[in-house]
Amino acid sequence: MTIYLDHAATAPINEVAIDAITKAMRNLGNASSVHNHGRAIRKDVEDARHALSELVGASASEVIFTGSGTEANNLAIKGFYWKAIAANPKRKVIVTSAFEHHAILDPIQWLVEHESAEQVLVPINHSGFIDLDFLKDLIANRGSEIALISVMHSNNELGTLQPIAEVVKLAGQIPVHTDAVQSFGKVDFDFAKLDLTAATISAHKVGGPLGIAALILKRGLDLVPILHGGGQEREIRSGTLNAPAIIGFSAAAIHALENRTLNFTKVRKLRDYFISELKKAVPDCTINSISDPALPGIVNVTFPGTENDAMLLLLDSEGISCSAGSACSAGVPRPSHVLVAMGLTEEQADASLRISIGVTNTQSEIDQVISVLPSVIQRARKALDVSRLA
Amino acid sequence: MKLIAAMSGGVDSAVAAARAVDAGHEVIGVHLALSSNPQKYRSGARGCCTIEDSHDARRAADVIGIPFYIWDMAQEFHEGVVENFLAEYAGGRTPNPCLRCNEKIKFAAVLDRAKNLGFDGVITGHYAQMQETELGRMMFRAVDPGKDQSYVLAVLNTDQLAGAHFPLGDTVKDDVRIEAKKRGLYVANKPDSHDICFVPSGDNAGWLRDRLGSETGSIVDESGNKLGEHNGAYTYTIGQRRGLGLTVPASGGEPRYVLKIEPKTNTVVVGNHEALAVNAIVGDRAIWCGPVPESDTKYRGFAQVRAHGSPLACTYSHDGIEISVSLDEPLFGLAAGQGLVIYDGDRVVGSATVSRTE
Repeated sequence: MTIYLDHAATAPINEVAIDAITKAMRNLGNASSVHNHGRAIRKDVEDARHALSELVGASASEVIFTGSGTEANNLAIKGFYWKAIAANPKRKVIVTSAFEHHAILDPIQWLVEHESAEQVLVPINHSGFIDLDFLKDLIANRGSEIALISVMHSNNELGTLQPIAEVVKLAGQIPVHTDAVQSFGKVDFDFAKLDLTAATISAHKVGGPLGIAALILKRGLDLVPILHGGGQEREIRSGTLNAPAIIGFSAAAIHALENRTLNFTKVRKLRDYFISELKKAVPDCTINSISDPALPGIVNVTFPGTENDAMLLLLDSEGISCSAGSACSAGVPRPSHVLVAMGLTEEQADASLRISIGVTNTQSEIDQVISVLPSVIQRARKALDVSRLA
Repeated sequence: MKLIAAMSGGVDSAVAAARAVDAGHEVIGVHLALSSNPQKYRSGARGCCTIEDSHDARRAADVIGIPFYIWDMAQEFHEGVVENFLAEYAGGRTPNPCLRCNEKIKFAAVLDRAKNLGFDGVITGHYAQMQETELGRMMFRAVDPGKDQSYVLAVLNTDQLAGAHFPLGDTVKDDVRIEAKKRGLYVANKPDSHDICFVPSGDNAGWLRDRLGSETGSIVDESGNKLGEHNGAYTYTIGQRRGLGLTVPASGGEPRYVLKIEPKTNTVVVGNHEALAVNAIVGDRAIWCGPVPESDTKYRGFAQVRAHGSPLACTYSHDGIEISVSLDEPLFGLAAGQGLVIYDGDRVVGSATVSRTE
């Protein structure tokens, strides 16, 4: 028996999405074609786009489909940067938070290394929120140099919901992008209400298929594309539209939003139960994630004296899947930059795990995890003690 | 048993892991990341520290059907192997980093970690044979003389060997490749690694010069007469004949060889071939791979001083710390720091690090 506690990495695909995709895959046609086959597919795609846009608080034309959340983030970062410097070469500063996903940090870093961009990281406080005072001062002092502000809607390792409305207010005329892949479908997220310039959402985090995501981009804005070709998606993202995936994305999102309150309550209850049992079973653990305002299912916890790669191996051998920070391209575990940004030492970050609970989890699964954790921690501690002595 | 298979991404470790699974063991594959920046020790398909190699290892584990993880051993490798390699050269010795890696990483850091995580031992794709005998577990040469790696494993003590598993020792390399192909392991035809994995260019001297500097010094004969200059004494090896760049020819016109490296004075001493002759070797840091021979007792056996060197008939003894070897026939060219491995027939008795020669 296996227990999946890594819903922030990817969530189980929903049956409604599987049905919608399966049906769509039987339909022939390229959505860009003018003939009846193409038109039929196009209609399904546009229906899906329309439904999705309503769920996200945008208009249909503001939804630009991409192949992944990473692609949408790259498009936003590079697109806004290129647009800004074309209009005013002094706008070279990209502002983001210190604990963004690598799909934001790495394209910025690429622009720093190759195109003379300047990155400014907004610090994170000990509770896992961005420092708004820092941002306010930065905008006051260097606002005219800023090309884009990109701050995630919720952090993927901590779950903390960031004050995006305040960021947008402070930004004034500066474009604001938010990576909302963890938030969309789980908590309230409304593009128009937040008055955002751009946002990223992704299907596989809400019970949809892999390989489809969207950049929500304010109407009337053009971005310099990364992919050139057939001119699909407002000429911002060329490439044949992945109709079945788009239709599956929409079906999953509709289902997630319809059940959002129910799911939120259920997942949060499981999370609170897990935390209370965890504190009893492993009294010296430290919970790094706060419960509110946050996503309902993420628990980030430090088990002092352990290394997370040993913990993951031991939990995996018990059939339990969860995760730690990120790994480099060769797969070498690295201390979580998220936890380091919020003030943990590298040693503490190395000793931390992210458990992300989803709606398919049960209390008995949580009980089972709690029952094996003390012996797993004991073995992981022993392994670390020895490597320190060596 | 529950075993960790150390998987480099090469064919040998993949087949070793597969055989352990067939034997009924519970096996988990682990790739050791030996550089914090995998590009740093990058060496294409030949080395063991690239992104491609970690992917190859993962793919092999998937085909075999075992869980797979990457363990970050970069710090241990750097401190235990790379820094030691540099320090040994800086001290005028000629170290073998593969021996060191087996001793300090694969069968120390990895084995200890495995045991503490609840595993019984470590499997590698090394070519050597372990056999249970009346006198305990002992290590023997592999059946494939061209691939035998018992030399680089002779630094393992009996505790380490108790947790070491070498499933390939009874097979020749060609058959391992055939078996890999049959098993659907696409690394079946991957080339062997030969170079020192952290010196991917194979340019050992250049690598050392970049890190230790290139201070000019004298090349002298045995009487101290200056014959030329060099750019870093440590880039020479004992017995080296080519590339000396001597400006003063030998009186008889005979070739000259590096006899000695003196790091303190940054001097390289050269002489004729006869002067390289070694009849007796003393090694320290004695390690026994099986029963400890009686001290101060003379035994007949074979000494080997290079990974693929010939076994040399000898008489050996030890005093608990040092192993002394008297060779039947002289050996030409041996540097301090090299591994001295003692064999009793095909059985590995133990090893020491060459400290002086006569």
